Amino acid sequence: MNSEWALKVSSLGKIHGVPDLRALEDTGPDVGTAKSSLTGAIVAAWDVGFEVAPGEALGVIGESGSGKSTVMRCIAGDQSSTAGEVFLRSLDHGQTNVLDLDPSARRRLRVADLSVVYQDPAEGLRLNVTAGGNIAEALTAAGWRHFGRIRDRAAELLERTEVPLSRMDDLVGTFSGGMRQRVQLAKALANEPPVVLLDEPTTGLDASVAAGVLDLIRNLLEETGVAAVVVSHDFAVIEMLTTRCVVMNHGRIVEAGLTDRLLEDPHHPYSQRLVGAARA
Amino acid sequence: MNTSLLQQVLDRHTRIDESPVADLDVNFGLLDEYSKREIRRAILTAVAVPGYQVPFGSREMPVARGWGSGGLQISLAVVGPDDVVKVIDQGDDEGVNAVNLRRLIVSSTGIPESTTPEDSTLIQTRHRIPEDPLDERHTLILQVPVPEPLRGVERDMRELARMHAEADYARMWVSLYEDKVRNGVITRTTGYPCLVNGRYVIATTPIPRWDVPRLHQSRFLSLFGAGREKRIYAVPPHTDVEPLTFEDVPFEVEITPGAECRSCGSSESFLVEVPGSTADGGGHWVCSDSDWCRRNRERRQHPSRGDRS
Repeated sequence: MNSEWALKVSSLGKIHGVPDLRALEDTGPDVGTAKSSLTGAIVAAWDVGFEVAPGEALGVIGESGSGKSTVMRCIAGDQSSTAGEVFLRSLDHGQTNVLDLDPSARRRLRVADLSVVYQDPAEGLRLNVTAGGNIAEALTAAGWRHFGRIRDRAAELLERTEVPLSRMDDLVGTFSGGMRQRVQLAKALANEPPVVLLDEPTTGLDASVAAGVLDLIRNLLEETGVAAVVVSHDFAVIEMLTTRCVVMNHGRIVEAGLTDRLLEDPHHPYSQRLVGAARA
Repeated sequence: MNTSLLQQVLDRHTRIDESPVADLDVNFGLLDEYSKREIRRAILTAVAVPGYQVPFGSREMPVARGWGSGGLQISLAVVGPDDVVKVIDQGDDEGVNAVNLRRLIVSSTGIPESTTPEDSTLIQTRHRIPEDPLDERHTLILQVPVPEPLRGVERDMRELARMHAEADYARMWVSLYEDKVRNGVITRTTGYPCLVNGRYVIATTPIPRWDVPRLHQSRFLSLFGAGREKRIYAVPPHTDVEPLTFEDVPFEVEITPGAECRSCGSSESFLVEVPGSTADGGGHWVCSDSDWCRRNRERRQHPSRGDRS
């Protein structure tokens, strides 16, 4: 796995407020808070690092406010980071730190190198555009200019994400939550990116729909061989989708390892509480 | 108050049947020299960066914003004593707006006017490019109501600026895709989006699709002025202007099979329908370019006289 990674994150950190490193001393899991009483800053994430190989799914788990979404947004470019490095194999063979790129170059990465599936489909989709049009946006951004081929590709993707083709030319705003999420998946995979970030992809869906979407995501990850980062507070999601995961608490990683092992035998007290709560 | 000046102005604008006089006590071209300089600078930037919308300090003009004030400011900033001006509205030299704008330009400069492109150097227009081929002698000045081609897909000005800066036109393509899906054809007619010099997308507003191909690698300079929106942009001569269209959906101009001009019989010019004028309630077609139509009619009646009327 060492040289095989598609995405590598090291020492990623985000401090809201005064970027004073003294804030690190009185924050974190040992102190039990992310807010520094010394500087007043909030250490949303610090010293976060992991690697993800092609075809592998890595879970990031933790309670609300533990910093998992911050990590994802810093990798995606939705938020600026305070420290750290992020490498993509598809960018300069992993030689260039993604965080050093200017905002415009980072947005370009989102076309075909790095996709994000958000918890709220409204963030990843345009609700006043048709399902096919949303996918067409991803394709035309990547340079597709042939109407027939765009149609065919959009239909193929919607079929794969189990959206009825009869709804292809309907506005996404008229879709149910589960179907929106399927369209968002189709759009995220449109240009076959090597890395996909999924932020709470099934949170907010009712149980039966969530199970269906989860099933779909697992199949898609297997079929496409993308490297995926799955952010969730839900152990069931992490268990179903990922082989390895990291546990975050107050902005830091407290434990990392194989998902099965972590669920069976959590070491860190926080992980134990988390697993205990999930198994209860 | 200088009553004699006021009287002069009133006289000038009430006695419309007299030939224009240039001895009026206003600056040549109505605008003061500082205003002209600012507008010319915007024009120079626009020519240097084809298709880029240059902001400028749009002045209060004697016509309301939205009635050609942008085109008028460009005309008055570039006009020189050797120019001959032609102004058209929907291809018609005699439209009320065209007549008023032309009268204003002529009365504040004393330059001659014409309806024939051949004799003109400065052509201010709303909605058309004259049918006659234009060349290096001509500067085409278009009055633009909505200069922003992406206005339909995005409202946030910062986001619009970002999209142009990064040449991120995916959502423009999505709107064409949706148009084609919904209607089977691309229905956009006036203001068809075009890629200029391979870089910026412009709105070719307000000309119809018919005129769009004539901007591509043209021999003349085109200046677009939007007074209300305070933007100037340009298509310099010999510049690529490619209408955005899918590889498998060819760009087409408006054509009605079998339609011909009732006045001159032409079927090769841009025709507009005059509804309900015949006895059976049906409409008929006439040339949009009234001056070209008149000369075409004379050409057909008197073929020996050659091209000019």
